[in-house]
Amino acid sequence: MLLSELAMGASATVLEVNDNGPGDRIAQRLRDLGFVTGEPVRLVARGPLGADPLLVQIGYTRFALRRAEAARVTITTEAAA
Amino acid sequence: MNAAAAPLRMDASHGRAQLQVALVGNPNCGKTALFNLLTGTRQKVANYAGVTIERKEGHYTAPSGRSVRVLDLPGAYSLAATSPDEAITRDVVMGQHMQEAVPDLIVCVADATNLRLHLRFVLEIAQLGRPMLLALNMMDAARRRGIRIDTASLSQMLGMPVVETVAVRHGGANALIERMDSTQPSPLAPRPSSLAALPDLHAEVRAILAATVSIPRRTAAVDDAIDRIVLHPVFGLAILAVVMFLIFQAVFSWATPLHDGIADGIQAAGNWIGDTLPAGALRSLLVDGVFAGLGTVLAFLPQILILFLFILCLEESGYLPRAAFLLDRMMLSAGLTGRSFIPLLSSFACAIPGIMATRSIPDPRDRLTTILIAPLMTCSARLPVYALLIAAFIPQRTVLGVFNLQGIVLFTLYVAGIVSALAVAWVIKRLRRDQSEHALMMELPSYRMPHPRDIAIGLYERGMIFVKRVGGVILALTVLLWFLSSFPAPPAGASEPAIHYSLAGMIGRALHAIFSPLGFNWQICIALVPGLAAREVAVSSLATVYALAGEGADSGLQAVVASQWSLATALSLLAWYVFAPMCISTLATVKRETGSMRNVVVLAGYLFGLAYIASLATYQIAKAIGA
Ligand SMILES: Nc1nc2c(ncn2[C@@H]2O[C@H](COP(=O)(O)OP(=O)(O)O)[C@@H](O)[C@H]2O)c(=O)[nH]1
Repeated sequence: MLLSELAMGASATVLEVNDNGPGDRIAQRLRDLGFVTGEPVRLVARGPLGADPLLVQIGYTRFALRRAEAARVTITTEAAA
Repeated sequence: MNAAAAPLRMDASHGRAQLQVALVGNPNCGKTALFNLLTGTRQKVANYAGVTIERKEGHYTAPSGRSVRVLDLPGAYSLAATSPDEAITRDVVMGQHMQEAVPDLIVCVADATNLRLHLRFVLEIAQLGRPMLLALNMMDAARRRGIRIDTASLSQMLGMPVVETVAVRHGGANALIERMDSTQPSPLAPRPSSLAALPDLHAEVRAILAATVSIPRRTAAVDDAIDRIVLHPVFGLAILAVVMFLIFQAVFSWATPLHDGIADGIQAAGNWIGDTLPAGALRSLLVDGVFAGLGTVLAFLPQILILFLFILCLEESGYLPRAAFLLDRMMLSAGLTGRSFIPLLSSFACAIPGIMATRSIPDPRDRLTTILIAPLMTCSARLPVYALLIAAFIPQRTVLGVFNLQGIVLFTLYVAGIVSALAVAWVIKRLRRDQSEHALMMELPSYRMPHPRDIAIGLYERGMIFVKRVGGVILALTVLLWFLSSFPAPPAGASEPAIHYSLAGMIGRALHAIFSPLGFNWQICIALVPGLAAREVAVSSLATVYALAGEGADSGLQAVVASQWSLATALSLLAWYVFAPMCISTLATVKRETGSMRNVVVLAGYLFGLAYIASLATYQIAKAIGA
């Protein structure tokens, strides 16, 4: 499942961030921001238009991600915190 | 490198060794507040050579008498830089920057309430092996939230000194100052070997946090509560609309009396000085050149300061990224970003503060597009021109029962500006060579109470940047325009007003050949030349060209225009002012903010082209249907 498909208010655990082509700097940045295996995430808000961007809580931080950015992150909702 | 053994620079004034410190940290760690607390007003803001990224340096004298120079590097999430700002930070801390010396000590600033994110960057910098120190900032907020940090074992696990700071409290950096004063910068101490076995920095962060920090809950309850309302699809947008309306009102109407007051005051001062001089070129230079230019420059200040008062408060409190969050999708469809909205809104008052406000847009491509379309927002300086022409040509008539025809025309002019801005943004997006995805990935920081000192320093900086760097250009060009409008003097027994015989008059009449297809007469063409200084000057220039002066010039001008111009000419001039490339103050600001003459030429060129085409079409169509 992709982070962009997570339901409003739901929690999940990050599996990995997939590069969208070679040397994907957005994917690299997502990993630097803490989107790494095993990290719990939660979808806390969505933009008013087209439910975009998504507001994702990771660790103690909230990041606004556009759908295309969130779609790089695969997650699992099993055993989510 | 062993920096303890490195030769320390000598402070020329005291003959003591000077310490060079660089502040680094994630965005929103409180680095700017800490920098302000350390250096107060002893700051110098410049640009890094060749780029328009702010270089902030300051200094203070430590209790020991040693002078400490502090460089405030741009906030960064990682050394794998994704923006020009982050590249500067990377180059300086890695010692690869062309102009910047390697700092003696790196002070890494981290938000104690957000260590999961910030410690990773600390560890990444620690890998460089340079002497460094960790400032755990926002300790007050951390304590309030019940976060407990064992700084002694944190220091041991990181291999570097750790001090606690509260950047918004008087004396909140004393521990940091003392620590830097009492010890020489030294390389990192060896770290526990258990950490070295971990696969990556994230794993190290988790291990360190587990061993040294206890955190009762993930987020601050207040943040959750505020965000539930502020980011709500309905209430959030309503709050945003109110905030925007307030800003717009403030910049548009509160600044106007100040604007007029300053302009009148400077003019009075000019006249007073002028009265003490004999009539002649020198007096005219002072009154109509220097003081008029000074008036133009200073009259912009209230707008700039009021706008930035709002923007700084919104930025510091954490609301600005929320506004960008709410508007991102809408702006994205025009090829922009949520962060473009406030600069564009401000441009309805005046493009200059609007363009200066684009500094909060991280992606350089988004920033440039926003700068290039900002002048299409109908600024308040166009209103005198619109008012004159609409009053003279558009009848006071009610349309469809409720609408006022004059109001509809004015509204159409505003809409024409917005629609062309969106179209231009769309075209720029298509033409750009770098078509890679624009990233948002924006952190929404915790809400914080803005600190008056940080706001004051920020306002002072904005004001000085405008007066010093942009003001000089505007002043020089105003004097040049005065020269063009005043020389050569009219011959004895001249029948036309003096401006007719001046260089500006000659240029205007020469321009007439280019502008006659647009329906502009030579009087308009002449008025366009001094109108370069500021758009509203075109109205007073027209009065001068028609030899109207003093009291009643405005109503007199309206009568002259109404009787001598055709409706087609008036509509054509209105269309011209929707694009109106002729504002040197805007062009000077674009030069200063983008550091590139090419952008200025592109901006002036495309605005001129659009203005010409729009006016040509308006005039020819209006004439064809018999206006
Ligand atoms: N409570 C508290 N607030 C702080 C502290 N340091 C900074 N702030 C606030 O945090 C916000 C962001 O700080 P700023 O210096 O602009 O962050 P920067 O992005 O790192 O430059 C501002 O509203 C500051 O007033 C601190 O030690 N305690």
